[in-house]
Formats: sequence, C-alpha cells, structure tokens
Amino acid sequence: MITLGHYITVAAILFTIGVLGIFLNRRNVILMLMAIELILLAVNINLVAFSAYLGDLTGQVLAMFVLTVAAAEAAIGLAILVIFFRRRGSIAVDDVNRMHG
Amino acid sequence: MSPVLFIVFLPLLAAIVAGLGGRWIGNTAAKVITTGSLFVGAFLSWPIFFSYINGSAGPVVVPVLNWIHSGTMTVDWALRVDSLTAVMLVVVTTVSSLVHLYSWGYMEEDPSQPRFFAYLSLFSFAMLMLVTADSLVQMFFGWEGVGLASYLLIGFWYHKPSANAAALKAFVVNRIGDFGFSLGIFGTFLVFGTVSIPAILAAAPGMAGSTIGFAGMRVDTMTLLCLLLFVGAMGKSAQLPLHTWLPDAMEGPTPVSALIHAATMVTAGVFMVCRLSPMFETSVTAMHVVTWVGAATCIFAATVGCCQNDIKRVIAYSTCSQLGYMFFAAGVGAYGAAMFHLFTHAFFKALLFLGAGSVIHAMHHEQDMRYYGALRKEIPITFWVMVIGTLAITGVGVEGLGFAGFWSKDAILESAWASGSVPGTIAFWTGALAALLTSFYSWRLIFLTFFGEPRWAASEHIRHALHGDHDSPAEEHGDSAHDPHHVPSGSGGYHPHESPLTILVPILLLALGAVLSGQLFHGIFVGAETAPGFWRGTVAFSHELAEAAHHSAFWVKLTPTIVMLVGLWIAWNNYIRDPRAPDRLVEQFPVVYRFVANKWYFDELYDLLFVRPSIWLGRLLWKGGDEGTIDRFGPHGAAYAVGIGNRVTYRLQSGYLYSYALVMLLGLIGAASWAIWWAK
Repeated sequence: MITLGHYITVAAILFTIGVLGIFLNRRNVILMLMAIELILLAVNINLVAFSAYLGDLTGQVLAMFVLTVAAAEAAIGLAILVIFFRRRGSIAVDDVNRMHG
Repeated sequence: MSPVLFIVFLPLLAAIVAGLGGRWIGNTAAKVITTGSLFVGAFLSWPIFFSYINGSAGPVVVPVLNWIHSGTMTVDWALRVDSLTAVMLVVVTTVSSLVHLYSWGYMEEDPSQPRFFAYLSLFSFAMLMLVTADSLVQMFFGWEGVGLASYLLIGFWYHKPSANAAALKAFVVNRIGDFGFSLGIFGTFLVFGTVSIPAILAAAPGMAGSTIGFAGMRVDTMTLLCLLLFVGAMGKSAQLPLHTWLPDAMEGPTPVSALIHAATMVTAGVFMVCRLSPMFETSVTAMHVVTWVGAATCIFAATVGCCQNDIKRVIAYSTCSQLGYMFFAAGVGAYGAAMFHLFTHAFFKALLFLGAGSVIHAMHHEQDMRYYGALRKEIPITFWVMVIGTLAITGVGVEGLGFAGFWSKDAILESAWASGSVPGTIAFWTGALAALLTSFYSWRLIFLTFFGEPRWAASEHIRHALHGDHDSPAEEHGDSAHDPHHVPSGSGGYHPHESPLTILVPILLLALGAVLSGQLFHGIFVGAETAPGFWRGTVAFSHELAEAAHHSAFWVKLTPTIVMLVGLWIAWNNYIRDPRAPDRLVEQFPVVYRFVANKWYFDELYDLLFVRPSIWLGRLLWKGGDEGTIDRFGPHGAAYAVGIGNRVTYRLQSGYLYSYALVMLLGLIGAASWAIWWAK
C-alpha cells in the first residue's frame, strides 16, 4: 500500500536532489535549470498527494498553475541562456559571476 | 547738511569708488577722487577749527542713522563735533590730504595705485569716524577701522614676506589692546548703562570711590574701567609693553608711515584718554599708571632710537617716544598740553617721515643711514625741510619764539614738574633725559644723512640703480654689509636727484606747520587764560595746573633747551668732528650697545614668553587634539569602520548564483525554524 508518507518521502528526496543540484553543480547553468524543475516537481507531488489525501481539489488546481509557471520559467531561462552563451561563449556556472561586487 | 558729514563720508565714498572701480576709471581718476575728497575735507575742517578758536561755535551732534536698539542699549550713528574733535579733524584731514598728494610722486611707479589710494582714504574715513564718535561703540568702530587700514597698508607690498609678517604683528598686538578696550566698553555699559560718551562723562564723578567685582576681587570701579580702556590706548599708541608692532610697521610705504604710524592713528590712544579725561580724573591710580607708562615708553624708545641705522626706524622710535610724552602729559592732568603735542607732533613727524621718504626716493630705496652721507648738496630742499623738522622735534626756541616742538614739549615738561606728584616729577626728569636723547638721535640722523663723506657706493640698492642688475661686483659689499661700523666712503658715481614737485609741495606745507603751529596755537591749547575758553569742558582742563606750569621755576623752563643743546653737541661731536668716536664707544660698552641696539630684547622676550608657547600649544592641539583625537575617532575612524564593513560585504557579494541560493536557503531554513518553534 502506498501511503501519504511514501509520496512525501519521494517529494523530499526530489527536493533535496534539486537543492543539491543547485549548490554542488559547478559545470553548467542548464543543470541548474533542471534542478529548479526538480524542486518544483517535488512541490507538485506534495500538492497532489495532500490534495488526494484530504479530498480537496484545490491542491491539484494549484499544481496545474505551478506546471504552467514552470514551463514559462524554463522557456525564459533557456532563452536567457542562449543569449548569454552567444555573448560569453560559455555557460559554465563558475564563469557566470558578472554581478561580482 | 552739516559740513562734517562731507568731511567724514567723502573719503569713504572715494575709497569705494577708487577701490572697487579703480580698474575701470584708471590710476589718475582714482588719485584725483581720493586726494580731492581729502582736500575738500581739509578746506572744510579749518573753518570749523577757527570757529571754535574764536568761540563762535559750540558742541554739535549730527545724527546720521539709527544703529542698535536692544533693551536698554541704544547706539546711534552720530557725529559729534566740539573743540577737541575740531583739533583732530584739522590734523587728520590736513596730514592725510598732504600725504595723498605726496603719494602721487612717491608711488608713481607702483602697479596698484588705485588700491593704495583707496586704502589711504578708507583709513582717513575710519580715523574721522573715530574722532567724531559720540558713543564708545562708534569710537570702537573707527578704532577697528583704522586698525584694518593699518594692516592693509603695512602689508601693501604683499609680495614681501617681511611686510606680511609686520602687518600680522601689528594686527595681533593691537588685538591685545582692543581686547582691553572692548572689556572697558562692556564694563562702562555695565556700570553706567549707556555707551554715550557725554552721558558717561557726566555720570563718572558720581561713581568715584565705588567698587566692582572683577576677577574675584573688589576693585575700584573707575580705576578698573580707566585701566581697561587705557590698555586699548597702549595697543593703538604703541606704548610699553605693546610697542613692538610700530617699528616693524615701517615695512609699509613711507607715506603710510607718515600718515598712520606717526601723525594720526597712533595718536588715537592719546585722543581717547583726552576725550574720556573726566573719567580718568576720577581715578588717581589710573592717572599714575598712564604717567608711568608714558614716561617709561618715552625714555625706552628714545634710547633705542639712538642705535638704529634704518632711517625710518629711527623716526618710528622717535614717534613712540613722543607718544610717551603725550601720555605722561595726560597722566599728570595736562590734557591741553597732550593735545597740543599731538597737534604739533602731527606736523613735524609727518614732515620728518615724508622727508625721509624723499631721501629714500632719491637714494633708490636705500633706507640704511650708513650708506647715506653728504646729501645736503644733492637734495637741498629735502635737506632744509628735514632740518626744520629736526629743529621742531628737538624743540628749538627762546622764550616767546620757537618751533612747534619747543612750545608743546616745554608745556608738557613744565606741567609734569608743576603737577608736583611723585610720578609727575619722575616723568619730568625722564622726559628731560628723553629730550636729550631726542636731540641726539635726531641730529645724528641729519648728520649721518646729509653731512660727512658720501658712503653710497657700498649700498646694494645704489648698485642696482647704477648697473641695473645683480652682476655688480659684490665681493667688497659682502664685507661691508656684515660690518656695521666701517662702511667704505665714495659716491660710486651715483647722483641722487631731488624729488618731484608732488613730493616737495606737501613737505614744504608741512614744514610751514612745523614752524608755525606751536607759535600760533599755544595760547588756545595750553594758555592758562585762553585755553579754558577753547576747550570749554571737552577735556578736563585744569586752570591751576596750567597756571602753575606757566609760573614754574626758570631752570625748569630752561631744562629742555639745555638738554637739547647737549644732545646736539654730543651728536656733532660724534658724527661730524670725530666720526670714529661712536665705534670706540661701542667697543668700550659692547653689552650696553647690544642691549639697546636689540631694542632691549623685547621681541626676543615676547618670542620666548608668548610666541613659542603659543606655537607649542597650537602644535599640541593640532597634532594631539585635532588630528590625534577628533579626526582619529571622528571622520577617520568612521571611514575606517566603513572600510572594514566594505571588505566583508565585498566577499559576500561573490556573483555566483549558487552562493546566493545557499544564503537564500539558509535564510529560508532560519525563517521556517523561527515560524515553527518560536513564533507560536
């Protein structure tokens, strides 16, 4: 039997992978975008799981919104990345520090 | 409109026009305007003076403007004219107009003439404000105004460091006197509740004998007030121990020395004491102090004058000494005699200064008398007016007929003797000795300058005039410059020229004053019967003292003449008959000579007592207080702290996304933890 606890565990694992993906990844920004997607998906799993568990549809509606926003975010993020690559010739995370103080 | 308004304010107007517009209207226009304004003043002043002599005019107060109305304090601009003011009006406008005219010639080659003439006119305005003051505050305005003009004119050649130093010295030393003067004015207002001079003088006798708290002691009110005011007079009139600025002030152009540092500004102290004489009369102590200071300065300056080599410095010390005479005359109560000497002295001392200027002009700005000699044939007119000035200052005359100084100096010495007080008697003997020295140094000046062999060849200035550059043979000069007593003789082929007419005319007019001013006016100033009718209470004229002075013993009357002849004989003996005699004397008494030639080491003493500690204290406050404490913990400390903060935040702002994300995460964790556990 798959209980709520299983869902939450999966979501927590995904979330943790996503967060670590942001910090530990030193190679390229696409991985970082993917990590963000993972975090969002972890949140979505939580939303849907709780929605089903509580019998409340609001959580699933919210998950649809999150998917939409995540799609938009990925599109914009990739677009920025393409422009950035054209200008700098690299998308390695360590090179992206133009905002250095 | 009252003519006195024109007398006082025309010079101000001229100073403004020439000073601010000199660049556009040009040299000649500036000179015409300033000189013209003073000549108008002089022509208006003499009739006023004569109207007081023949008794047709009384004291007049001309209101000008409201100034200060605050509580019980009321000060208005008002010009007060009475016989005392009339005397000063005549002196100031006459000498000033002649000095203006003289400067046409003397300053002919100066690049900034409008500025010079503007300053001169500004000075004249301030001096006229001072002498026409109706209240102490207005007098203080004039007092500071002449101080400012004096500062500007001493430092007129601002490219000379020595002139700047002298100007600063004059200003700073005068601050000490002005501090006393302002305290005196505050005290007077405290005691009398008014600063109006007539009101104070009327109330002064009623305050005699009362006491006032000062610096934790009970002191006599009138003594305190008079002494504080007298401190101001000491500063302005270069009396011991505030005299040190006057000789240094000779760095200014010679016309300035004649006008400000001989004839008018330095006599402001004497004028003030005479103006406030009813006040001084109420305090015996104050009068004694005035006498002592006057007598001490008189003899001190005379000794120093004997050992100076700079022609202007000799006359400067002579001025200091003559001011001493005026003060001890005022101190013994002979205000008429003090004002009389002020009056005559203005003429003959301005004459001597302007004559010296003419010599300096002829000798191409050489001021050292050791490089003069034998000038009487080269510049005869200057020679003769200088002789007239010397006859006037040494007091040549016989009973009933004499030069200006004869009348006024005799009046002072007789009054001092006739006063009968101990300070008066001592002042008489000091004054007599000073008269001997006066005669000596004045004739020494004449003999060194106009007689003997020409010694021009050694002068650097003359070399410049002859060769027009610095390449002249300097090897002999190197020796002579360092040996004060053995200057090689010879004219060096230089021919001094008599000065132009603009220089000679003022000198000749002043010479007329030096000859006649004593003879014509002694009756109204000091005559026991005629003077009270002239002064009419504007000074505390003592009929008894004048009477006693007039009838003093024959030997008292004879003393000035005798000492004058002795001084002349000593000077002739040392500088004409046997020119080597002074050197032998110096070798015999080297200590005395050094002491006197170094002006009794007053400058060195003040340097040690005041200047060095001030510099030390200033350095301490600057290095330790300002830089070490305030700056270190104030602006510099704050900047340093900000710098440290900067370095920390600089590290934080790495620009790497993951570090920002980490911080965000940590913040999120922190906020979530707080929300869960603590924010219940």
